Amino acid sequence: MNMLEAINHTLIAEMERDERVMVFGEDVAQNGGVFRATEGLLERFGDERVVDTPLAEAVIAGTAVGLAAAGMVPVPEIQFLGFSYQAFHQIAGQIARLRYRTRSRFEVPITIRSPFGGGVRTPELHSESLEAQYANIPGLKIVLPSSAADAKGLLTTAIRDPNPVLFLEPLRGYRMIKDEVPTGEHLVPFGQARTVTEGSDVVVIAWSFMVELSRRAAAQLADEGISVRVLDLRTIVPLDTEAIIEAVEQCGRVVVVQEAPETNGFASEIIATINDQAFYSLEAPVQRVSGYDAPYPVGMLEDHYVPDVERISTAIRRAVETEA
Amino acid sequence: MTDGASTGLPDDVVTAMYTNMLGARLFSQRIFNLQRQGRAGTNAPIDGSEALVVGASFALDPEVDWILPQYRELVGLERFGSDVLDRYVLYCIGHPDGGHIPEPARVWPPQISLATQVPHAVGLAWGMKRAKEPGCALVFLGDGSTSEGDFYEAANFAGVLDAPVIIVVVNNGWAISTPITSQTRAKNFAEKSHAFGIPGITVDGTDAIAMYEAVADARTRAIAGAGPTLIEAVTYRLGPHTTADDPTRYVPSDELAAAQERDPIVVMRDEMKRRNLWSQEGEDAILAEADARMERAVVAGEARSLDPAEMFNHVYDEPTPRLARQRTEFQAK
Repeated sequence: MNMLEAINHTLIAEMERDERVMVFGEDVAQNGGVFRATEGLLERFGDERVVDTPLAEAVIAGTAVGLAAAGMVPVPEIQFLGFSYQAFHQIAGQIARLRYRTRSRFEVPITIRSPFGGGVRTPELHSESLEAQYANIPGLKIVLPSSAADAKGLLTTAIRDPNPVLFLEPLRGYRMIKDEVPTGEHLVPFGQARTVTEGSDVVVIAWSFMVELSRRAAAQLADEGISVRVLDLRTIVPLDTEAIIEAVEQCGRVVVVQEAPETNGFASEIIATINDQAFYSLEAPVQRVSGYDAPYPVGMLEDHYVPDVERISTAIRRAVETEA
Repeated sequence: MTDGASTGLPDDVVTAMYTNMLGARLFSQRIFNLQRQGRAGTNAPIDGSEALVVGASFALDPEVDWILPQYRELVGLERFGSDVLDRYVLYCIGHPDGGHIPEPARVWPPQISLATQVPHAVGLAWGMKRAKEPGCALVFLGDGSTSEGDFYEAANFAGVLDAPVIIVVVNNGWAISTPITSQTRAKNFAEKSHAFGIPGITVDGTDAIAMYEAVADARTRAIAGAGPTLIEAVTYRLGPHTTADDPTRYVPSDELAAAQERDPIVVMRDEMKRRNLWSQEGEDAILAEADARMERAVVAGEARSLDPAEMFNHVYDEPTPRLARQRTEFQAK
């Protein structure tokens, strides 16, 4: 099953389980979503629970607050994460802190789904990787699956979580990523990283589609005799610090990969965490692979901007070859 | 503009509204003074909005309806339970519990990010409609806040949804120092409703009875499934924007003097007199009771304990490992 199908099936399962769950956003009902993630929901659950909204991201996020206060479980979609700039004040200023400022009178069981990342020749502002911006907002949980099975397990956990969750889906991986998805109930807890590939020379830490590219790099480098472990964080808030530290202690060499621009990306946070808790286990400086500190570019430049297998492999070789 | 001249409101209701209006102004002045004494943070006095807030609150049913204030209104919502004022005092003195107005009071805490509460009210009304609950949601925002995108996005969607929501634009003439002529070329704020396809009316916001009737009509429509109403309540801000503001820098003194002629307290006092409900002794008794009530709120608020480690609680239902670690480190120092 591909990731898109896993998401669609999970939405159906959760809506069947809990009639409070509502899906709404731009083109999610009649059209089934621009990627078809919500296909068939309108027919199955009706127009009270699956709602096409006006083209207005702030009110999509903002009404979720009120719906939650009315006892619903809102699962709004922001059509592309880049469009969330127009909802940022509601997500960061309202959704993230409603529980805090009301001392939990109001719970905020909102799951905002949004495709993000590049690689498919979208127009401007459709390819932004904004996870680090949101991870800097206390009150949100940030979830980034890299497999179809995790998409199911993490989305199920997200919808049942009483806290607001930003569920970020790699649009490039929607149909490309295919794996075996457990049937029946399947929950993946937040804050538990997953070892994708076992290895002992170096650990590559990544999330979302960068896990897929890191896995390919690891496979190639295995032929050169380099044993690469790939650690998929799955969620960056909460962060599985223990898994990071354990991998660093065992491998001694580290590469962190993100699609977002270099400065203030979440890779910086991981490297700072390693500095705090595993500095003396390092056998070489931590390598970082990222997008550049330029706006996400248009199509003819895209492949030069987004990290690819070659850039990840180069960073891995550098990490392995450097003497401490 | 509608007014309340022909009203048939019972005397006891009129007296209760007047009592709450006098209380609102007194509470507000006391909190203002606390700021001057260094005992409260920046706050926004209600002066000029007493009639529209109290009038609206009496047209609603505290058992089933919700109020989403901006930040100037909470001293006038006694009808929705004494917790509202008690918690607002906590809010002003900087205690985190001030943002928690406990059940069953159906009032949200102050909103600082202008107009963001309008989408919340529309979502709440939408959810109540889906749950087939009997009530409605009423949201206050100011004339300046109508320039925010959230107002347009939310009022528009409210129309699409036929949401049981009442959107009250408090036109008090000023957004801090910016007059309404710098906010809009619209003739008034009610006519913005045309863009949303919903009814919009302008009400004399200095007249509590007019406000009562306008909100009661809007509520009837909302409950009947006829959708939202935009109410422009026209008044004048008789005080500063907040404790941090000096309106003598920009408010024309003749304009303020004219507005004071229509002070909502005076307007309601005239109605009380017309009905033979007013006496100086009665007024003194109301004020004395309000003063004592406020004193109790302040004493209780200032005595309320607070563990600084509370700043780590309620971020999530359970703290993340990182937040828990920070709390432990904080407590150990």
